[in-house]
Amino acid sequence: MAMKLRFLLVCVFVFALVGAAYAQDAIELTIGGVSGVEVQWLNETVKPGFEAMMAEAGTPVKVTVIEFSGSGEDLRQQYVLDLGAGAGADILGFDGFWLPEFVEGGLLKPVTELVGDSALEWEGWSVIPEGIQAIMGYDGQLYGIPRGTDGRVIWYRIDLFEQAGLPTDWQPTSWAELLDTARTIQAALPGVTPLQLNAGTAMGEASTLQGFIMALLGAGHHVYDFEEDKWIVSSPAILATLELYETIYVTEELGEVRWQLVRNGRDLSFEAFSKGEVAMLVEGDFFWRGPLAPGTGNYAMANRNEVVTFALMPAREPGAGYRGQDFVSASGGTGFVLNANSDHPQLAWELLTYMFSRDTLEALQQLQPRIRARVDVPIPNDPVMTRIATEVIPLSTIRPQLPVYNQVSAQIQLMTERIVSREMTPMEAMQAYDAAVTEIVGEDNVIRIPLER
Amino acid sequence: MQKAVLSRKLSLLFLTPALVFVALFLVYPFFSIFQMSFTNRALVGANALNPQNVGLQNYMDLFDTQDWMRRGEMGHSLWLTAQFVIGSALIGQAGLGLGIAVAFHNRKGLLRELVFTLAIAAWIMPDVVVAFAWFAYLDPDGTLNQMLQAVGLRPQDWLFDYPLLSIILFNTWRGTAFSMLLFSSALASIPPSYVETADVIGARPWQKFRDILLPLLRGYIATDLILITLWTFNTFTPFLLTGGGPSYRSNIIAIYTYEVGLRFFQFGKASAIAVIVMLINLVLASIYLFISRSRQRQIA
Repeated sequence: MAMKLRFLLVCVFVFALVGAAYAQDAIELTIGGVSGVEVQWLNETVKPGFEAMMAEAGTPVKVTVIEFSGSGEDLRQQYVLDLGAGAGADILGFDGFWLPEFVEGGLLKPVTELVGDSALEWEGWSVIPEGIQAIMGYDGQLYGIPRGTDGRVIWYRIDLFEQAGLPTDWQPTSWAELLDTARTIQAALPGVTPLQLNAGTAMGEASTLQGFIMALLGAGHHVYDFEEDKWIVSSPAILATLELYETIYVTEELGEVRWQLVRNGRDLSFEAFSKGEVAMLVEGDFFWRGPLAPGTGNYAMANRNEVVTFALMPAREPGAGYRGQDFVSASGGTGFVLNANSDHPQLAWELLTYMFSRDTLEALQQLQPRIRARVDVPIPNDPVMTRIATEVIPLSTIRPQLPVYNQVSAQIQLMTERIVSREMTPMEAMQAYDAAVTEIVGEDNVIRIPLER
Repeated sequence: MQKAVLSRKLSLLFLTPALVFVALFLVYPFFSIFQMSFTNRALVGANALNPQNVGLQNYMDLFDTQDWMRRGEMGHSLWLTAQFVIGSALIGQAGLGLGIAVAFHNRKGLLRELVFTLAIAAWIMPDVVVAFAWFAYLDPDGTLNQMLQAVGLRPQDWLFDYPLLSIILFNTWRGTAFSMLLFSSALASIPPSYVETADVIGARPWQKFRDILLPLLRGYIATDLILITLWTFNTFTPFLLTGGGPSYRSNIIAIYTYEVGLRFFQFGKASAIAVIVMLINLVLASIYLFISRSRQRQIA
């Protein structure tokens, strides 16, 4: 008996020793929640580069990249559960608008708390504008480093416009003009879906930001009044936006309802656009540089640069948009956060800053040109992305960075779904939205703008 | 009275592991869910760190008569679940299972083996595989529509236009094997002489079914109905097919609970739904016990 026990103890001791020695050999760092060309970049540039650098410095590490191929909603769900259970990768690809509710829920900690004040001394902060830094920030604290910002526009197929006898350098100046263009396509090109403006719960945040908010900004206001700090839950502009949806999906059937209601609808609409079965689609620049990107996208178009371009989203009428604008856009931003459960926050931060060093980021910029957080990493050879940066971003606005945003957003998705699925009229849907949001944020935090009729 | 084999103390000792297990994994979670249903606990936002007691608020929200039957609310979901259970469990699985069992009663041969094998294969395959196959089968360009077109019928967008019917058919296909096996083994226990005697006096098939097989199967039918009702009531697999949509038109109660709890992370409200579902299941199980006990009394 005593022999056995001693043997067991020795075994445990040996295992512990081996374990410790192994851990000293290479500390494992994980990066999660990434997909597409970023996985390629992380594996081909970041991993070998960082591992070599750390080996030279005497702290060998092993970087593991965990790809995530689900939707944004799926990723958020996984993070809530992972972080709630004290698990998850050391560095997490993250969407900026999730931050407030994660922070309030105690699921994330500021970098200064995890790494110390030295995190603020990173050279990169001086070349990332404060407004962009705020994408991965909440309540005056920073939680990670942003990838960059984006803009939302109407993407359209030049070839289909030509076939329908429409001008190829198209830019509508009102909703009426936008709808007229859609009607022309409907009449001239049977089998082609003229216009897709996102709606419904199945698409999640895509319905809120590139659908409802894009249209609402054109009708005159945002979902939130930033001066009064209140949610606008009932107004002529909301009603007009819902009536626009009704025109597109119900009365004139200019858009395909199915894609807005089934689970894989977003992918189906992307695929149809790439095949020339959709003429206009309101989306972020992600659509251009991700799914449609020649060679790397899920719906890659070899001739993307010749047949796809964008127009700005017009206000309902010139000058009737948000802040009196003629054209509107909405921006989000994503990035990477440090996991508060990480065993090696210092090393994770070093890896994160290595990812966002100028040279490493340049390598990614070659794979996927976009607006990067660092101003010293310009957009190379992509006139479309350059136009997003110069023409769209100045017009754009962001979502309210508030913990309840996601709950309100879910109600927005539901409101648009009720129109396109013919469950409710625009007026009924707005009333249901009013009631639901008032219950979430409280009567003191809502504004109702009287209807003029 | 018969003397017990074990002393009272010793039998308690033997029971202890089981009792501890039940307490830890059944009773404790039940009470913690019951307790959580009176709070606004969430996994994100301020209520994650500081959940408050909200009394009966969650229950009042769930039974809010004004929008109770609206799509995506609990009343609507319970109504869909009732249709789903009646369609796929009672009519579908039990009806079809009984039909197959009676049709092949006292028969052997290739056809019987083929039908039984296919039904059992549908029953034992993993959910995800099955859902994926059905997703492809019911797709607008899927196998079912190709077959319909081949015989000159119009193709349908099954999952979009008939989501509830689709998941009813799916669940019938998926679970018929259980009822079929239960009924065919029950039928095998009926002495062949009963039916042979009926044959001699010239009884028709329907008369044999109604007057001989059905009375002898009655107890099994009750058992089967209640078991599959409970299973169907709580099944989540249709989520893999429709996600509860489009537009909540297949949002059965298990999917509704999942959405509140794990998509919106409102644990308090989801717990309240779970408590209500538990109560409904308790009522269904009581009916089952009541029927089976009264049957035992009849036999005695």
